[in-house]
Amino acid sequence: MNRQSNTYTIIYSTVLVLVVGVVLSVVYQALRPKQLENIADDTKKQILASARIVPEAGQNISDLYSSYIKSSYIVNNKGEKIDPSLNAFDVNVSLEVKKPADERLLPVFECSTDKGLKYILPVYGAGLWGPIWGYIAFDSNGDTIYGAYFAHAGETPGLGAEIEKPAFQDQFEGKDIFSKNGVFQSVAVVKVGKETADQAWVHAVSGGTITSQGVQKMLFDSLEPYSAFLSSLKSETANSADDEVPVPDVQNN
Amino acid sequence: MKVNKSLLPLVNPLSKDNPVIVQVLGICSALAVTAKLEPALVMTISVTAVLALANVIISLLRNTIPTSIRIIVQLVVVAALVVIVDQVLKAWNYEVSKALSVFIGLIITNCIIMGRLEAFAMSNRPWPSFLDGIGNGLGYGIILVIVAFFRELLGSGTLLGYQVIPQSWYDAGYQNNGMMILPPMALITVACIIWVHRSRNKDLQE
Repeated sequence: MNRQSNTYTIIYSTVLVLVVGVVLSVVYQALRPKQLENIADDTKKQILASARIVPEAGQNISDLYSSYIKSSYIVNNKGEKIDPSLNAFDVNVSLEVKKPADERLLPVFECSTDKGLKYILPVYGAGLWGPIWGYIAFDSNGDTIYGAYFAHAGETPGLGAEIEKPAFQDQFEGKDIFSKNGVFQSVAVVKVGKETADQAWVHAVSGGTITSQGVQKMLFDSLEPYSAFLSSLKSETANSADDEVPVPDVQNN
Repeated sequence: MKVNKSLLPLVNPLSKDNPVIVQVLGICSALAVTAKLEPALVMTISVTAVLALANVIISLLRNTIPTSIRIIVQLVVVAALVVIVDQVLKAWNYEVSKALSVFIGLIITNCIIMGRLEAFAMSNRPWPSFLDGIGNGLGYGIILVIVAFFRELLGSGTLLGYQVIPQSWYDAGYQNNGMMILPPMALITVACIIWVHRSRNKDLQE
């Protein structure tokens, strides 16, 4: 057969593409379950990271996760628990943030650490090049941040990508997201050298202005629907606060 | 050093005909994955696997491929292999696949692979092509590993994630060189390797 003819070329490429297509779909089908497991483990690791729990090498993430996260549920923007049939872990936060606040499913993860019960809430927003997301762990008063974890899809290394480093994330520890009058105001991300008058703030990443603004917007937009839920935690702890030791002031970093 | 002639495709690319420091191919990925030793090793294994398999497949098909679409056929084969490597990594080493993210996909455009397919596999039998693929993959890998060794040691004070620079040095005022982590230092390290290599191989000097 003439190998240079058009018919041969067309048949050859069709057969090649079909064979490759079949091989790739078989590989995809065979590896998919294992991959989904890895993605779930990675999410669990991120959730735990916000409560500053870092797995040791070789530790099973799922076991670690279930030993810390004792309960998880979904609330609405009035702070009421809804639909116990849905699993908080399966809520796709990137889709929820696009809905109006009163229709969102808001997952809450309760994490029992050696420093008491922490509430971990997911946040999701936009950086400069793509999505940024994270998990914020709150003390049981629903006001003070215990720890924060941020990740990004493709921010600039060395600039916007610094939000995934401890140097940025550790700043959030001890910040209150409600004003003294109990109004939700989130945490501001301000330029180094500046500060806000009555709102808690952290320093932005130098050279990562858009990403830092993205973090600020993400925190406000994602946490605001939770404000009723967090306020209810706040009033619960206020009622039982008489016998509690006052929390010492966290250093101002 | 005398080597069996049939093993030349395997041995030559390691030094005399090294794809990175002699042919200066595949530099882009050498910058990107060498900040740490582990991704460099995984990249080496991935590129070697893709290159050897692609070489064998193209070599087997070489008498059937229509000349007018041979580059497309090569690309389809390489792309399919790369997707398989990516999927396998996602399933078996998710951490590394996250660290390598787009660079695995970019193996497709690694000039070494297209170069070897077009220059070697299209005109040689499968066994030499296989050796050529392994040789070039390893030749690429040697350079990646050397560069990553220095960048991780000087930039992070670790090797494969284990701390090797003792704490007492840091207490005495030693600091990690943060610049080693940044891409330009990979280029400078590669240049230093080329310098040493040329000075030892006079016949390569121009």
